[in-house]
Amino acid sequence: MGAKVWKTFVYTIIYIAMIILAITCMIPLALTLVNATRTGAEISRSFTFVPGDALKENWDIVFNYFNLFLGFWNSLKLAVPVTILSGYFSTLTAFALAVYKFKGRDIIFYVIVVFMMIPGQLSLLGFYNLVFQLKMIDSYVPLIVPSIAASGTVFFLRQYFLSILPMSLLEAGRIDGAKEWYMFHRIAIPIVTPAIATMSIGAFIGSWNSYLMPMLLLNTPKKFPLPVMLSTLSASKDMAKNQGAKYLAVSISIIPVVIAFCFFSRYIISSISAGSVKE
Amino acid sequence: MSDKKAASNKSSKLQAYNRVGYLMVAPFVIVFLIFSVYPVFRTLQISFSTYKGFGPMKFVGFENYARVIKDKFFWTSLFNTLRIWIPNIILQLGLAFLLTMIFSDVKYRFRGLPFFRAVYYIPNIIAVTSIAFMFTTLLDWQHGSVNVGLHQMFPNYVPIDWLGKKETAPYVVSVISAWQWFGNSFIMLMAGVQGINRDYFEASAIDGANRWVQFAKITMPLLKPIFLYVSITSFIGGLQMFDMPFLMFGDTGAPFGSTMTMIMYLYKYGFVIKPKQVGYAGAIAYVLFILILIVSIIQFKLMNPKED
Repeated sequence: MGAKVWKTFVYTIIYIAMIILAITCMIPLALTLVNATRTGAEISRSFTFVPGDALKENWDIVFNYFNLFLGFWNSLKLAVPVTILSGYFSTLTAFALAVYKFKGRDIIFYVIVVFMMIPGQLSLLGFYNLVFQLKMIDSYVPLIVPSIAASGTVFFLRQYFLSILPMSLLEAGRIDGAKEWYMFHRIAIPIVTPAIATMSIGAFIGSWNSYLMPMLLLNTPKKFPLPVMLSTLSASKDMAKNQGAKYLAVSISIIPVVIAFCFFSRYIISSISAGSVKE
Repeated sequence: MSDKKAASNKSSKLQAYNRVGYLMVAPFVIVFLIFSVYPVFRTLQISFSTYKGFGPMKFVGFENYARVIKDKFFWTSLFNTLRIWIPNIILQLGLAFLLTMIFSDVKYRFRGLPFFRAVYYIPNIIAVTSIAFMFTTLLDWQHGSVNVGLHQMFPNYVPIDWLGKKETAPYVVSVISAWQWFGNSFIMLMAGVQGINRDYFEASAIDGANRWVQFAKITMPLLKPIFLYVSITSFIGGLQMFDMPFLMFGDTGAPFGSTMTMIMYLYKYGFVIKPKQVGYAGAIAYVLFILILIVSIIQFKLMNPKED
């Protein structure tokens, strides 16, 4: 009996601790959403989770300063091509590395592994310099094209192909006279679609949230993706006066991501898990 | 299924079809060489010069490197980075590890893993820009909801200037970073636990091992490679910390330069000051890389003493 009471006690304590932790994850977000509907004066006067009625007012301040929806559109114009290019070309490269035997294949693979371990700051200055020399500053091209060579994704998909794609299936296809490209598109891609989806979500989020590169490479405010646009927020005098508007701008940037997460959380979580067991 | 037939077929055709492999890897290789390999070597080349971002390069050998080693502010930025990173990693991995222990417990079998995992992960999907602005606004000295709320609960509370004091600002970044990343570390560790074969636990239970012994003798050793992976990646990520302190405290690393991380220091010479000292920034990048490499190797050796 004592053991049972003890067990219930342990259960309760740990669940309460985990729920408090969950609340800690949500509170700053909830507070931001609530404050987006209150005026700056109200926010500095009192702390509450009851929404106010200044949403319209804050909205006008935000959109008088910048068009956040343009930021959304720009972010999409970057993230969609990045996702498609990295998805298709990574699968193609991984397929070739896993299936065919050709000179230099192993070297390519080793170089990929080495470059996965090189931190990004080593290429930062050289990359900027390259873009400068190519006269591509303020263009989307250097933000999109490099996704054709997503070495981490290639590495992961190659391992996936090796473990899941039956080579006998390709042999059979060849006997039937199928072309290699046809087999890639019709046999290989369907088999690894779940892995591609997982990797693509990661690529999309990475591009959607990236700040440093677009901030360095883009000059024209009209071309700014959402994170860069948001970072110009502190320059606005109206917003400094009314922090409700600041909260609203942050809320507008957060809400779609959180909604998307509710739909895709399973895939997102499996993409992180994949990262840790790929060893 | 006749393996023999397939094998003879393979050798007789001498794999002519293998040539298509070149074509398939070509786009990757070309883009990789231009946008991944070239920039790394370009940075190396620049680091041996007095390059200002345009015009010709004048090579000066190891001059920039000698300057980095002697630069007091470079070492201060390393110290700042570690001061942010150490509390961050203890909190982040500590929480993740604790949660992994809870959810992998064989006796209590806590439910709701998918729910908690998703909620703990939410801060990680939000862009750092949004998080930085959210917390700078929430932690504002006079108008921020944190101080207003604390004052409401404790009327005697004297508002702390969280972001304006060098005693608190770096740790604010640590805590926010941990808040943002512990869910990610938790998912990775948990994936490792779920990859452990259930048979091990059942067999050891038959042998009379209790759950603490199971945790110490089965879960821990099998979790070690993933723990190593998570800690090395977060170390590399931590030393490269840029977005959060930069967005919250600006390029000077206010207050009093206490949040100036190494990458912010590199950024200062490569992009902010006029005229730019790109060559010096390049040397900072490579010194930083060497530091990361050394510590990663030590970390790896410490956790894998037998592997050699």
